[in-house]
Amino acid sequence: MIEFKVNSESVSFDGDSGTPLLWVIRDHLQMTGTKFGCGVGECGACTVHINGRARKACMLPVSSVAGRSVTTIEGLAPDDANLHPVQQAWLEHDVPQCGYCQAGQIMAAVDFLKSHPQPTDEDIDNNIDNLCRCGTYVRIRKAIHRAAQLMAAGEKT
Amino acid sequence: MSARRQEVRLNRREFIVMGIGVAGSLVIGIPAAALAEGDRERMIGFFVQIDADGNVIIGSNQPEIGQGIRTALPMLVAEELDAEWSKVSVRQMPLGIVKTEDGYTWKYGGQGVGGSTGLTDNWDYMREVGAIARQQLVRAAAARIGVDPAQCTTRPGVVLCSAAGVEISYGSLIADAAQLDLPDEPPELKSVDDYRIVGSRRKTVDAFEIVTGRAKYGTDTIRPDMRYAAIARAPVLNAGVESFDDSRARQIEGVLDVFAIEGPKMGEPYFLLASGVAVVATSTWAAMEGKAALDIKWQESPSADDSSNKFWQENEAMLQTRGQVVLDDGNFDSAMADATKVVEHRYRIPFVAHAPMEPQNCYAYVQEDRCHVIVPTQMPSGASRAAARVTGLPRENIHVDMTRVGGGFGRRMPVDYVTEATLISQRTGWPIQLLWSREDDMRNDFYRPGGLHEMRAGLDDDGKVVAWTQRLASGSKHYRRPNKPDDELWTPELYPDDFPRRMVDNMRLEYFHNAIGLPRGSWRAPAHTANAFVVQSFLDEIAHETGQDPLQLRLEMLGEDRELGYSNHGGPTFNPGRLARLVDFVAERIDYTQELPKGRGIGFATHFTFGGYAAHAMEVTVSDAGELTIERIVAAIDCGLAVHPNAVAAQLEGGTIDGLSTALGLEITVKDGQVEQSNFDNYPLARIAAFPAKFETHILPFNDIPTGVGEIGLPSAAPALTNAIFAATGKRIRTLPIGDQLRRRA
Repeated sequence: MIEFKVNSESVSFDGDSGTPLLWVIRDHLQMTGTKFGCGVGECGACTVHINGRARKACMLPVSSVAGRSVTTIEGLAPDDANLHPVQQAWLEHDVPQCGYCQAGQIMAAVDFLKSHPQPTDEDIDNNIDNLCRCGTYVRIRKAIHRAAQLMAAGEKT
Repeated sequence: MSARRQEVRLNRREFIVMGIGVAGSLVIGIPAAALAEGDRERMIGFFVQIDADGNVIIGSNQPEIGQGIRTALPMLVAEELDAEWSKVSVRQMPLGIVKTEDGYTWKYGGQGVGGSTGLTDNWDYMREVGAIARQQLVRAAAARIGVDPAQCTTRPGVVLCSAAGVEISYGSLIADAAQLDLPDEPPELKSVDDYRIVGSRRKTVDAFEIVTGRAKYGTDTIRPDMRYAAIARAPVLNAGVESFDDSRARQIEGVLDVFAIEGPKMGEPYFLLASGVAVVATSTWAAMEGKAALDIKWQESPSADDSSNKFWQENEAMLQTRGQVVLDDGNFDSAMADATKVVEHRYRIPFVAHAPMEPQNCYAYVQEDRCHVIVPTQMPSGASRAAARVTGLPRENIHVDMTRVGGGFGRRMPVDYVTEATLISQRTGWPIQLLWSREDDMRNDFYRPGGLHEMRAGLDDDGKVVAWTQRLASGSKHYRRPNKPDDELWTPELYPDDFPRRMVDNMRLEYFHNAIGLPRGSWRAPAHTANAFVVQSFLDEIAHETGQDPLQLRLEMLGEDRELGYSNHGGPTFNPGRLARLVDFVAERIDYTQELPKGRGIGFATHFTFGGYAAHAMEVTVSDAGELTIERIVAAIDCGLAVHPNAVAAQLEGGTIDGLSTALGLEITVKDGQVEQSNFDNYPLARIAAFPAKFETHILPFNDIPTGVGEIGLPSAAPALTNAIFAATGKRIRTLPIGDQLRRRA
């Protein structure tokens, strides 16, 4: 039995401990916001936070998160009226096209902005590597800058 | 109104209004037969529901693949309905078909997306849906007030009768309006000048659901008693299953069943892509583990010798012979003989994969007398036919629900995954969610055809192009399609009415088919991606080799505004002057005449795709080591009236990036009958770092007739890039992808 937290709630899994976290989240917990894209850690559609840091859930055996705290896209904002600044920026710039990769993009950007609160374009180029097949990169770049502004303004108030 | 109306009375109160839509598709409008009893009180026809508090729910009948159709079509309805956009929400409609005496017809209008037709096919129909709903609300209000409907008008969400000094909200009229018979006359439609929703910047209706992880894609389907399936498909093209040992697979906890699935024989149409062995389990992971534990012996394949090397050698050899002449304007041979200068080059376009972010998947539940399919697809009617073919059930007993689609790009026009899921459910009796791995998707695709293009132009003393030929050896996309004769395999690969038809007097197109065993299909802007690259690169080469300015050469060849006949998809006419205006605009915008240092260059290109016009200009640097940086991108589109400008810009951004990503590094190759690529590590889609922050999009409408936009922004991107690379380095890219061709060894 592997016990851990997902979006602050305690959960347990008693199946194959080698099952990737992604499939425990999607099939066992039936939380489908985190997506399957490649299964080899290349695309980032499955990005979640483990103890606050962005990780690719498709390659991570569930045993490795025992006792840890997992955050998925469903748990990023406390409620619909208080979206995370990154989600707000994504809405302002209307980033999604097909939208399939966007949960992973948002989770990656949230973690990135913790270490780069005022990112340059070069910082984004060097650190954001999630794939988007629709080519929403133009808006992702703008939305990351906008989220940084929103977060800086939020800290001042 | 363009629609021809015809009533089919089913019984006293229920009737369907049918019309022939602009694109020839049979559409059924308002009001509706078969509305559930309770719906009759709150819905006008199938598409419009208004709650008592004034919230408007508009049905969207088309698959949403990221092109924004779920926002654009409701904008048309809401515009004519005179609804408050802030009160509109959108509901996905299932496939709707109705049995008729001689087959099936659409219940909610034609459904399916491909060829950038989603908006144009529904432009008249959806506006009429909204206008009829508004008209019925006005009539209901007039009846209640006791005035003539002509004395009433509307403002958003409200019917007004100023003569009587009365205002009635839509919400309180819906029950009355839903009961009214339709008048015979078509409703009046707004003029473009009165639009307040169409043509304004609106956000994607599902954006909130997407950024909170709630939007449902095919992979997110969860149904009672559902089992999960995976298939181990033949690694060699066209190989069958000889035998398999599933003893290890069946030991994996959760694996329930294992059996073979037979694919089509060599040469048969692809109802599915490959033979394989299916594993059914209680979870996705158990199905994947079970698949990995299979020991399968494959039959010898007739494609075992196929390879990319062989394919290119065969194409070279074919070009030494005479092919099928599919266009021969003027007198090409004598014009070429008289030419004072001849320019000739060959260009190589690779096979590429669609690789949508959401891998193929499908839910199917086959029961004795019915079948339920839930699927992310571009072609729900194809899904219905596929399930009927497998089960033998009548199509009216097959219910197809559409989810949001995690990328289409043409891959989801075929419905092979529906055939597979239906077969597995039929065999096991369980509701089945079939999921492909990324490797399955990369190695089992309807690839964009690869081909070798030979271009030759003859010029006169003044540098004017007087003779032009394109000779193409390729794997046609219609290979193994039913009812496609061999002498028509060229039709999806060369579009004779494209530039420079009628701009060069003597023109010949020639085709050679290469029957390599790779499946192929429609890939966003199909042959336009190849032909725009080839033609726009070649024009640059002509300009440089004859000492002409590449912009002036294009402007002179394209000429003034005029409508030329265009019989290929996207017609009926093509106005080359619209391309001239766009390419002139992007060249000026990027300041193309500026002096640039060595290693820095500007290039541009323009192309007409499926009714829409686009141009790109790019500025690049190439370092001494050969490292390429795209410094700036200017993209422009002329799609007539931009109904949903936010999505037009998004499609232009995304199309540009798709074209560039593909040109930079993507190629599917074959060795010993096997596709060599397997995942994003060896099929490297470009990441954000490849694209500059200096990225402008411009929407420059020529008139107020809307065209589609999903494919228009892609074809001219790659040649603009390689023309810029030439300007920077003198190195001409004639083989895609660019890969490491610029890299210099130290």
